[in-house]
Amino acid sequence: MTYIKKPAIRHPGLRQNNLGLTRRDYEGVLSTLCAGCGHDSISAAIIETCFELDLPANRIAKLSGIGCSSKTPNYFLDRAHGFNGVHGRMPSVATGANIANRDLIYLGISGDGDTASIGLGQFSHAIRRRVNMIYIVENNGTYGLTKGQFSATNDRDSKSKKGEDNLFDSIDLAMLGIQLGAGFVGRSFSGDKDQLVPLMKAAMRYNGFALLDIISPCVTFNNHAASTKSYDYIRDHSEAVDKLDFVPEREEITADYEEGQTIYVKMHDGSMMQLHKLSQDYDPRDADAALATLRKRFTSGQVVTGLLYIDDRKQDLHELMKTTKTPLNALHMDELCPGRAKLDEINKEFA
Amino acid sequence: MKPKDATAARRGVPPTDISNPNYFHKIVDCQWACPTHTPVPEYIRLIAQARYTDAFMLNWESNVFPGILGRTCDRPCEPACRRGRLDEKPVAICRLKRVAADYKGDIEHRLPKVPKRKNGKRIALIGAGPASLTVARDLMPLGYRCVLIEKDPQGGGLMRSNIPRFRLPESVLDEEVDRIVDMGLETRYGQEVASLKSVLDEDFDAVFVGTGAPRGKDLQITGREAGAANIHIGIDWLSSIAFGHADSIGKRVVVIGGGNTAMDCCRTALRVGGKDVRVTVRSPRKDMKASEWEIEDAEKEGVPIFDNHAPQEFIVENGKLTGVRFAKMKAEYDEAGKRTLVPTGEEVVFECDDVLMAIGQDNALPWIERDIGISFNEWDMPVVDGTTMQSTRPNVFFGGDAAWGPENIIWAVAHGHQAAISIDLFCKGQSLSNRLAPGASLVSQKMGIHEWSYDNDFSGDRRVPVPHADNQKALKDLDVEVELGYDDRLAFQEAERCLNCDVQTVFERDLCIECDACMDVCPVDCINFTFNADEANLRERLRVPAANEEQDLYVSDALKTGRVMAKDEDLCLHCGLCAERCPTGAWDMQKFTYVEAQASPSCAAYSTSYLR
Repeated sequence: MTYIKKPAIRHPGLRQNNLGLTRRDYEGVLSTLCAGCGHDSISAAIIETCFELDLPANRIAKLSGIGCSSKTPNYFLDRAHGFNGVHGRMPSVATGANIANRDLIYLGISGDGDTASIGLGQFSHAIRRRVNMIYIVENNGTYGLTKGQFSATNDRDSKSKKGEDNLFDSIDLAMLGIQLGAGFVGRSFSGDKDQLVPLMKAAMRYNGFALLDIISPCVTFNNHAASTKSYDYIRDHSEAVDKLDFVPEREEITADYEEGQTIYVKMHDGSMMQLHKLSQDYDPRDADAALATLRKRFTSGQVVTGLLYIDDRKQDLHELMKTTKTPLNALHMDELCPGRAKLDEINKEFA
Repeated sequence: MKPKDATAARRGVPPTDISNPNYFHKIVDCQWACPTHTPVPEYIRLIAQARYTDAFMLNWESNVFPGILGRTCDRPCEPACRRGRLDEKPVAICRLKRVAADYKGDIEHRLPKVPKRKNGKRIALIGAGPASLTVARDLMPLGYRCVLIEKDPQGGGLMRSNIPRFRLPESVLDEEVDRIVDMGLETRYGQEVASLKSVLDEDFDAVFVGTGAPRGKDLQITGREAGAANIHIGIDWLSSIAFGHADSIGKRVVVIGGGNTAMDCCRTALRVGGKDVRVTVRSPRKDMKASEWEIEDAEKEGVPIFDNHAPQEFIVENGKLTGVRFAKMKAEYDEAGKRTLVPTGEEVVFECDDVLMAIGQDNALPWIERDIGISFNEWDMPVVDGTTMQSTRPNVFFGGDAAWGPENIIWAVAHGHQAAISIDLFCKGQSLSNRLAPGASLVSQKMGIHEWSYDNDFSGDRRVPVPHADNQKALKDLDVEVELGYDDRLAFQEAERCLNCDVQTVFERDLCIECDACMDVCPVDCINFTFNADEANLRERLRVPAANEEQDLYVSDALKTGRVMAKDEDLCLHCGLCAERCPTGAWDMQKFTYVEAQASPSCAAYSTSYLR
C-alpha cells in the first residue's frame, strides 16, 4: 500500500468512451495489496474492459468472498453495486441476485482459496445452474492473507518460498469448469493484458457462466524460483492456444488472418469474437479434445492460456427455469403477488 | 548488450542515456528554461520548510539578484512549468523567489570572501547594470580589481532608471547592488564613457561592456518635431522620473507601444498627474509583447488598452500637441500564418496633453571606435561569441543587451557569469574553451517503504494570488509597492503546488518483472510497456499518445518479454507512486542536482554542497 492517495488529477488528453467517461472514472480506491500483486493488474484489466465496452458502473454488481482477491472489488468501479460475502459463498449471493435482477452484469471475484477449497461446492453448483455471470479466479496458488500456505491450486512440484514440498495434487479450475458445464472458460495471466482484456470483454458479453482462471503471481509468497505461479515461470511455460479479438457490435472485423485459422463466434448481443488459432490441434468448441489437450500439456509442465472452451448455444439459468424477463424490482406488486384467486388456480393444477 | 537487446535497439528508439545530465536537466522544465539554471524545485522546498535564508543563497549564487528578480523577472521558468500544462497556471516561481529574499536572515557570513591580497589583474566594467555587476561578483572573490564605470549617479542600470519604484522598491535595489559594491568594487559613477580606446589606454587586463540597450526608438511621423515638447521617449522619461529630473505629466496621456516599458510608462503616468491614460498598440492584443501579468496590473489600475491602432500623426495646434491620429488596423494571415496589418480605413483621434513612446530599444555604441579590432555585423551590433562573450578583440568582452539586443535581467546575469569565466581564463592565459562542465548528481530519496525525503503528495490547490496594495493608496504615491508579496502561510500553500520535477523517476531495467503495477497506478498514464518502434510510432501507441514533442520519451532497453518501458515525461507528477507500487525497486525516485560552473567556486559553494 501507499501513504498518499492517488492524485485525482488526470492526463488532459485521456480518451473518453461513448459515455463521456475516461478510464479513471472506472477506478476505485488505491489498492492496499502488496506492491506488484498480480491482482492489481487484474483490477486494471477490469477497469480497461468496462471502459472500452462503454459500460455504466450502475449496471454492474461486484461480488466477492474472502481473501486478497476478494478485497479487490474495492479497487475498481467504485460506483458499481457490490456485495462482499462470506468465505466461499459468493456464488450463492450471485445466484440469488441474478434470479432477482437479470438486467445487471454479475462480476464475481474470487481466489484459489475461496473457490478451490472452502467454496468448491458453491463454485460447482453455480456452474451447474448456469448462472449468467463472469467468475474470475485470481489464482496465485497460495494463501497470501495467512502468510503463504499452499492452496489447492498449487502444483504438486511447486515448493513453498522456504523450500517445503507440496504433498498434494492441484485442482485445475479450468478443466473442472469445462467438466461441470461452464459455457465459456478462459485462462490467462495477470501480466498479459493484451490477452486478458479481450478475454474479459468476451466474458462480459457471454450469456451464461463465464469462468476466467487468471494466474496472478503473489509477489510476497509465491514468486520465487521454485514456484510454478511466478512471473518468470508463467512467462516461460505459458502457451496460448488462440488469440482472441473481441469485435463490438457495429464495428467491422479488421484483423486479417489466414483462411481456416479463424473461428468466428457470434455473441448473444450481436458482438463477435474472432478467434485466431495459434495451436493447430486445438478447437475450443470441442470439450473432449480441449480437456485432453489441457491434461496432456499440464503433464508436460505447460500452462495453456487463451479461450479454452466456448459453447455459444448453451441456455442460462433464466432460460432453463423460464423466469420472467423483468427484474423483480421492476414488477408491480400485483404481478409479484397475484393474490388468493391465482394461488387457488395454481393449486388446482395439482389437485 | 545481449543479442536480443541489440535487435530491439536497432528496431526502435535506442535506450535513453540517463548518464547525460542534459536528460534529467531538461525534465526540470523551470531550471532548464532559466538562463542561469537556478535550482527552482530545491529552493521552493526550502521555502516550504521556512528555510528562507538557504533558499535565498541558492538563488543568489546562481541569479545574483533574488530580491530584484523576485519582483521583476521576465520569468521564462513559469511558461515552462509542468504544472501549467497539467491543470491551470504554473507555480508562482517568481513570487516565491521574492519570499526567500523578503524573509531571509543574516547572510553576511555566507557570502564569498574577497581576498585582501589581489591577483594583480584589473578589469574595467562599463555600465553598472546586471551584466557588469554579475561579472564583478564572480571575479572579485578571485582577487581581481574591478572598476565600474557608469554614466548615472548610482549603480543598477536599467533596473534603477527604467523599473518604477512601485514595482521595485529602492531599498531592495540598493541592498542587492551594494552587496556587490561592498565587495570592494571601485565605482566611477557619473562618468559617461565617450571612447572605448581611452578606457583601453588605462591598461586594464580586460574590459567588459555591459551598457545595455539605452536608446529608445523614435517615431518620425508628422508633428514629431512641432510637438516635441510633449512627446517623450518612454525609457528616457522613466529615467528622468527615477532620478527626480521630472515629477509630473499632463492629465491626458497617450502611450504608444505594447511592451513592458509601455506598461511601466502608463502606470507611472497615473501616479504623477495622469488622469486619462491610455495605451495604444498597432497589433492585436494577443500579439502584445508585454507580459500577461503586467498588462493585467495596468488594466487593474484603470488603463484601457486600444489594440489595432497605428499612429499616423501628432496633431499640433498653435505649437502645442493636442492629440494623436490613429488608423485602425486589422490583422490578416496568409496560408503560412504570417501576419500582415492592414488599415481598415477608419481613423480616430485621441486628444492628449502628452505622448509616451515605448516602441522598442536599440543598443547605442557610437563611443566604440571602429578601428580598435572590434568587428560589427551588418546590424551594427558587435560580433560576440555566444559561449565566451568575447569580441573580436581578445581583451574586450560583451554581455547583456549591449551584446544581444533587448532581453531581460536574467539573461544579462547569465551572460555575466559566462563573461566572468572567460575573463578569468583569458587573464590566466588559458584557452577560453577550457570551461568546466556543470556538476550533476542523482541521489535516491527513499527513506522507508513509503517514505521519501520530499513531500510527494500532490496538492490540487489553484495558484495563490499575490495580495496587492489598495489601488487608491498605491496610485497616490510612486514609492508604494503595489505587490505585497506572500506571507509565510500563502508561500507554503503555493510552494506545495510545485511538482518536484527534479526528483526523477529512475528505471532499472534488470530489476523489472513486468508486473504492470507502475503503469496501472500512474495517475497521468505516462508509463507504458510496449513494443519498441521508431519514435513517431511509439509516441502514437502510448496509453495517452505523447503529443508534446518538446518533451522526451524515457525508453528502456528491451525487457524479458521483448517489450520496452516507455515513459512520456510530459506530464509526470513526480508523485513517486510508480516507485511505491514497484515490488522490486526497479523504479526509484532520485533527486537530480545540477550546478553550473562559475569563475569563482566560492560563489557557488552552497549550491555545490547539494552535489553528492
